[in-house]
Amino acid sequence: MMRVIVPVPLRHLADLADEVQLDLQGQASLKEVLDALEERYPALKGTLRQPESGQRCGFIRFYAGGQDLSNQDMLASLPAEVTSGREALRIVAAMAGG
Amino acid sequence: MNRVRLLVGTRKGGFILQSDSRRQEWQVSQPLFPGWEVFHINASPLNPDRLYASQSSGWFGQVLQRSDDGGQTWQAVGNAFNYMENPGNHLGYEGEALPWKFKRIWQLQPSLTQADEVYAGAEDAALFRSQDSGLTWQELSTLRQVKGELWQPGAGGLCLHTILLDKIHPGRIFVAISAAGAFRSDDGGASWKAINQGLKSPYELPDESVEVGHCVHNLAFHPDHPEVLYMQKHWDVLRSQDAGEHWTEVSGNLPSDFGFPIAVHAHEPQTVYVIPIKSDSEHYPPEGKLRVYRSRTGGNEWQALTDGLPQQDCYVNVLRSALAVDQLDPCGLYFGTSGGQVYASADSGDHWQPIVHDLPPVLSVEVQALP
Repeated sequence: MMRVIVPVPLRHLADLADEVQLDLQGQASLKEVLDALEERYPALKGTLRQPESGQRCGFIRFYAGGQDLSNQDMLASLPAEVTSGREALRIVAAMAGG
Repeated sequence: MNRVRLLVGTRKGGFILQSDSRRQEWQVSQPLFPGWEVFHINASPLNPDRLYASQSSGWFGQVLQRSDDGGQTWQAVGNAFNYMENPGNHLGYEGEALPWKFKRIWQLQPSLTQADEVYAGAEDAALFRSQDSGLTWQELSTLRQVKGELWQPGAGGLCLHTILLDKIHPGRIFVAISAAGAFRSDDGGASWKAINQGLKSPYELPDESVEVGHCVHNLAFHPDHPEVLYMQKHWDVLRSQDAGEHWTEVSGNLPSDFGFPIAVHAHEPQTVYVIPIKSDSEHYPPEGKLRVYRSRTGGNEWQALTDGLPQQDCYVNVLRSALAVDQLDPCGLYFGTSGGQVYASADSGDHWQPIVHDLPPVLSVEVQALP
């Protein structure tokens, strides 16, 4: 079971809990996580990655295991801390304001 | 009709304002989609409880929402707005060639005849249509064949911001794009023509009478007389008697002919409203006086409507989609400001009162008269 934390505005949009659990096994990739997330919560489609290209939206970042995974290959396996469920994948919206 | 419902889009959410037909006392909803820009909320003329809302964010992109119960509950519908293959380039601010890139939906216009059909005006400028109540969208891409390579963004972006559906001539659609101009289709969007003859833009364009490139801010017509079109351009207020084939300036005695919205009275097709703004660099009313101007002669002769509106120290703007007219008798008018006020008149503009003072900056106002 993998754990994902979604930015607050998107929790409101898709009516999510603070933390989402996804039934993914093995060495899942970022793409597999996002696919599973969007399949379960269709309202998230287009809010984390571009609908056409699948590229990450500009102000969205992916953090896990003390690393910024935003620019890694979306098909690469996520760190073991995340795939094992010990740590949540954090999807973060860039800070805004003063 | 016993009730009035205003659909207000703001920089930080949507709001629904409701009153009885006297339009004196109003209830203001909690924010819808709080924190998100809501460019437009609009209702189906065939089913007044079916609403569509354009919700967008610089972080999370475009979301389209639909309600089938008058705004009590909402569901996210389709937000894949894909341009048809190889759209080519348009011009940037510097005249450079830029590829088309979807940014947001500015305007939603449900069909007059098909319950599940709705049109959406996009930035970068394109017209999309859904025939399944917003689940999927298809671009009406022949619009871009009207010299799309020469379209250039206005200050707000390269946006298709106005969609008028003609109930008298089935298949006739008018759209306006900043900064490209006005366009008309007579065959349901299969083909398009530019309708900008008579527009002059000497302060914006090297060739002031060019076919496309004009910064049209808004179009309006009376639904029973759609051949008579009114336009608020960047500068100039204009009228066309022939569905946009030719335009004549009717700015007349306005204190400024710059502005954004334009609207037509529900029962008097010759009565037109604008809200003059000082200039394109000073986006506030002339002399700090917030005045709606009404012409009962289709333009040229304008009367300031001031009763109930601030007449000193007022420096707000009123954007192109933020003026609406209801169908009651007497006709009601409503507009929202960049300062978060929404003003209402229940007597064709003679007297005004603020409904609410402190919303986020208002982007759009639509009105429904309900049984």
